[in-house]
Amino acid sequence: MAKIVDEMEKKAEAVRLVTIYLDGREVRVPEGITILEACKMEGFHVPTLCYMEGLSAWGGCRICVVEVEGQPNLVASCVTPVREGMKIRVSSKAVREARKANLELLLSNHPLDCQLCDRNGSCELQELAYEFGIRDIRFQGERKTYPVDHSSPSVKRDPNRCILCGRCIRTCREVQSVCAIDFANRGFETIVSPSLGLPLGESVCINCGQCILACPTGALSEVSHVEMVWEAIEDPEKFVILQTAPAVRVSIGEPFGLPAGTITTGKMVAALRRLGFDRVFDTNFTADLTIIEEGHEFIARVQRGGRLPLITSCSPGWIKFMEHFYPELMENVSTCKSPQQMFGALAKTYYAQKLGIDPQNIVVVSIMPCTAKKFECQRDEMCASGYQDVDFSLTTREAARMLKEKGVRLEEMPEEDFDAPMGISTGAAAVFGATGGVMEAALRSVYEILTGKTLERLDFYEVRGMDGVKEASVDVNGMMVKVAVAHGLGNARRLLDQVKTGERNYHFIEIMACPGGCIGGGGQPIPTDLAIRMKRIEAIYAVDKNLPLRKSHENPAIKQLYEEFLGEPNGEKVHHLLHTHYVKRERL
Amino acid sequence: MFYRTHVLVEMTSASLAFGSAQLKEALEREIERVGLQNEIKVLETGSFGAALPSPFAVVYPDNVVYAPLAIRDVRRVVEEHLLKGRVVQDLVFRGETERAVSEFFFPFPLAKEKRVVLRNSGFIDPLNIEDYIARDGYMALATALTEMKPEEVIDRVKRSGLLGRGGAGFPTGLKWEFTAQAKDEEKYIVCNADEGEPGTFKDRLILEGDPHSILEAMAIAGYAVGAHEGYVYVRAEYPQSIRHLEVAIQQAEEYGFLGDNILGTGFAFRVKVRKGAGAYVCGEETALLESIEGKRGDPRVKPPYPPQRGLWGKPTVINNVETLANIPPILLHGPDWFRSIGTPTCPGTKVFTLTGNVNNLGLIEVPMGITLRELVFEIGGGVRGGHALKLVQTGGPSGGTMTPDLLDVPMTFDVLTKYNSSLGSGALTVIDDTHCVVDVVKSFGEFFLHESCGKCTPCRIGNKRIVEILEAITEGKGKSEHLDELAFLGKHMKMTAFCGLGQAAPNPLLRCLAFFREEFEAHVKEKMCLAGVCSLKSPKKVRA
Amino acid sequence: MEILDSLYQEVEEIVEKYEQEKTPLLAILEEVQEKFRYLPRNVLGYIAKRLDIPSSTVYGVATFYSFLETKPVGEYVIRVCKSTPCHVRGGLNVLEVLKRELNLREGETTKDGKFTLEVTSCLGVCGVAPAMMINEVTYGNLTEERVREILALYRR
Repeated sequence: MAKIVDEMEKKAEAVRLVTIYLDGREVRVPEGITILEACKMEGFHVPTLCYMEGLSAWGGCRICVVEVEGQPNLVASCVTPVREGMKIRVSSKAVREARKANLELLLSNHPLDCQLCDRNGSCELQELAYEFGIRDIRFQGERKTYPVDHSSPSVKRDPNRCILCGRCIRTCREVQSVCAIDFANRGFETIVSPSLGLPLGESVCINCGQCILACPTGALSEVSHVEMVWEAIEDPEKFVILQTAPAVRVSIGEPFGLPAGTITTGKMVAALRRLGFDRVFDTNFTADLTIIEEGHEFIARVQRGGRLPLITSCSPGWIKFMEHFYPELMENVSTCKSPQQMFGALAKTYYAQKLGIDPQNIVVVSIMPCTAKKFECQRDEMCASGYQDVDFSLTTREAARMLKEKGVRLEEMPEEDFDAPMGISTGAAAVFGATGGVMEAALRSVYEILTGKTLERLDFYEVRGMDGVKEASVDVNGMMVKVAVAHGLGNARRLLDQVKTGERNYHFIEIMACPGGCIGGGGQPIPTDLAIRMKRIEAIYAVDKNLPLRKSHENPAIKQLYEEFLGEPNGEKVHHLLHTHYVKRERL
Repeated sequence: MFYRTHVLVEMTSASLAFGSAQLKEALEREIERVGLQNEIKVLETGSFGAALPSPFAVVYPDNVVYAPLAIRDVRRVVEEHLLKGRVVQDLVFRGETERAVSEFFFPFPLAKEKRVVLRNSGFIDPLNIEDYIARDGYMALATALTEMKPEEVIDRVKRSGLLGRGGAGFPTGLKWEFTAQAKDEEKYIVCNADEGEPGTFKDRLILEGDPHSILEAMAIAGYAVGAHEGYVYVRAEYPQSIRHLEVAIQQAEEYGFLGDNILGTGFAFRVKVRKGAGAYVCGEETALLESIEGKRGDPRVKPPYPPQRGLWGKPTVINNVETLANIPPILLHGPDWFRSIGTPTCPGTKVFTLTGNVNNLGLIEVPMGITLRELVFEIGGGVRGGHALKLVQTGGPSGGTMTPDLLDVPMTFDVLTKYNSSLGSGALTVIDDTHCVVDVVKSFGEFFLHESCGKCTPCRIGNKRIVEILEAITEGKGKSEHLDELAFLGKHMKMTAFCGLGQAAPNPLLRCLAFFREEFEAHVKEKMCLAGVCSLKSPKKVRA
Repeated sequence: MEILDSLYQEVEEIVEKYEQEKTPLLAILEEVQEKFRYLPRNVLGYIAKRLDIPSSTVYGVATFYSFLETKPVGEYVIRVCKSTPCHVRGGLNVLEVLKRELNLREGETTKDGKFTLEVTSCLGVCGVAPAMMINEVTYGNLTEERVREILALYRR
């Protein structure tokens, strides 16, 4: 105990404190932090636009300016470190006027058609304009007019709404290491541009949508499938089947005012049913199936000396990333389709047969925390049923908008259950929504299948949480199975580079494109920040804990599926329907 | 070999365009034809500083200027003047700048001229290292390496009181000291030759006329702070400077003044040239570093300052060309000598470039503290065409605006700052009263609009709005609230822009708005351009 | 295909010349531009791959600097200085004369691909203002007549 206290004291010593004055109040803050961080720590709110937690500071928007005594100019608090004795005016008249003028300048080059914008109501520029009481704009002049980029299957770019904060660029570079976009041109002509000025759809963009979460305005948003889904629902000829991803149930309450991390499974099912879907099923069903297939694939590779480490394939952002940047690892990636696509393939075969409906008249709609799922469902390989297996993929945000349009108040809904059989799932499927979840679910099943013993401890805490790369070793019949988990493709890149050089060795790796896993996906409600991600993760594990069955291989509906339709795991029929292949892409 | 006569031919970007290379060839050919090649030498020189009709030749020590000298007249000059000693009177230059040229630069300087950084320009062949060595070249480096400790070198520079000549006037010795104190194996010396401030061309003339002085100074700086690599970042508009530097580097390496074991002392220092690609903002030191690093020239967040984290994240000294050119003389003659020139707070000389509506265009090096009146009316020969002086923009658009009431203010960094003006790079753009102040300010504004990097809101959009308002005013669409908007935007940019360039951009606007208020108001209220430049009614046009 | 190969061959030679340098991107872009007069998209992509730099970054650099062109330009790029020292000595007239003579607006190229007209910031030859630069050569003391004479030289 004494030792721990000693160490803590040493640490405290290492962090030297300085005295500064915030609007006249004397405070002690750690040396080296920025004025903005100091303000946050001490409860002073400073408005920001180009600043974003977790990214390098840019200092360009000049909204967070403050006055520092003795300095002739205002300084950007996000990039100015505190100094001993600094006297800072956080919100003086000069500061407020400067912030307001910069907002007006930004607005003078902005469409000002908030009602027509995807981000109406969740736009930071709009909110600041409201908070600063801007009623007219003193400066008028030329506004930019660029074509809207509709080329990507997932992300729509409207450069006219862009305020050049660069948060998308830094997210793409620093968090995802994709670098699909960067600033181009100079001065007033500066724009955010995909590689070589090409449309986004022709770039290395992996469709993860993290840039959408980062965008303070409506410059970036998902490509909407809402109208197509309404059309299908209204069409009496169509049998419309819905599937909802594991991560949606812990986030869809947020647009309805429920706190982040509220579990809304029952209410969500009830609400979506009222939209007019013919069946409300659960992607968790095929998440369990994925574990059976991927688990058997892993076991087969271990037993037959196949290519290791095996790498998960649920995240379509990660898959496209691999195809661009790590084609040499293609053989390592599991051939299993993602749960969304397994679902689609089964809905139009297994379930169509069960109901006796022509699959041509079935429309499969998914609600996903993800924008890359829109790309994934349009991939050429995803037509195992003879039709496009999943027709439309909505983001959590789009689903919430549809509910609101229909006048369905999710928060007031009763609790209802998913339809059977494709709505039955286990806790192992639930945890797919969080980073480490696929690994944890796989370990639960692989252990029991290989050892024939019951797993005592179901919770693999080592693979949970927000650390970028996590590792664990599990003793399975005397073999130490080494696993790793990475989320956020920047972390994945670091891990994979070490795997490639042989610096690190694993049997099994889980990779999720988005920070925090699917709960932090690019299709999730805005805002999605670190604190919100952690609350959603907590909720995910609570869903798991409260379910009677927590291992995929114990899902009775899955057992029935194999017996009635699929045959053996990894068998021939399974391969045709549930497995896929990948293509090498240009590393532009 | 001793030559009785030298014929100097200026080889600068500008004069080359007029065929100075062909002129030199023709002179050599003719001299050889009459058999004088052992007595008369044709020398390629850097700029004479004054703008003369090109191409031209100067016969030294006779001090006769033939300008312009056409190829067809070369034979006559050689036969008459060089062979027979009779000056060809009808070819001698007798333009407005005659007095300036003959006394301005050599061999009998104007009383006010004091050459420190231009000590060699025009006197030596910049492509011949031996010319440089013959005038104490590389002596300072040798002294530093063999007789001084690095801290003594820094001490000497500090005591000289040398302030950076790029515009900001930061003490050079301190910069070196901070960099020396930074603990890192890898450090860099960067010479900022991205001279983009309109009206400035002093650095070009130094690089073209005396490139070795910069290399020597960089090596000294490297020794002082513990750096072994230097970069000269030259703007793309200066191909001739780049050529001269590259030749000089090669010669310096051959002679052992640059390389792995300089003068046998074991000190290693190498210099490389990096070319800009047309971006004014790269004159901002951190944007310049970004550019060397192969990135967009967006300025960096400061702190950390370059002496802590500069090029490739390593401690870096960034000095302007003119600053560096002062270093060898300071080491050789000592801080006290340097302090004997100029003013106590601002010692040394300053190179001014005279541009715009002045009779004598060119550059001159004079002690700090000279007045604008002396520069414009004595050295510059006054405003052209007998017009009245309206304003002088000092240090380019981002510098200061000097109105006629400030003609007798001593030109130093500290004094001009007191007048809300700035010495800047030393550019002097003289503007006479035939020009409309709104039009002139718009021209400054267009420059910043073109050159803003676009990183920060106030500079990216503010410049655009300012130019738009000025356009409206010059087109007769001005409104009375426009003037307040201009003043507000100007102050706002000054207060909140990211880098020094954005903060300085509205300087001319703000100063002119205050001083020439009536002219602005006439445009806005009466839709009248007093100077008759804008397409509005004007008192002049009415008279005509 | 052969033309394409020889194009990449030339780019490759330039890349090899500079790749030992730290951060050689700008130098490579400048020299490639000297060779091809502009930076074609596929060449930018090639350079990005060779240097292992994201092509979005390369494109960002190529579009930032006014001397780098990402669209084809004429054989001769005329850059007219429009900074104040030239402006007050008739710089505007020079631009107008060029526009008239070449029948071009700023940023345009003549149909025969010979001239591109651009305005630029200070060329640093204010002592001979007004001035312009044609490719790497600077011309000063311009008058309407001199502009015509100079153009005639290039038209030959």
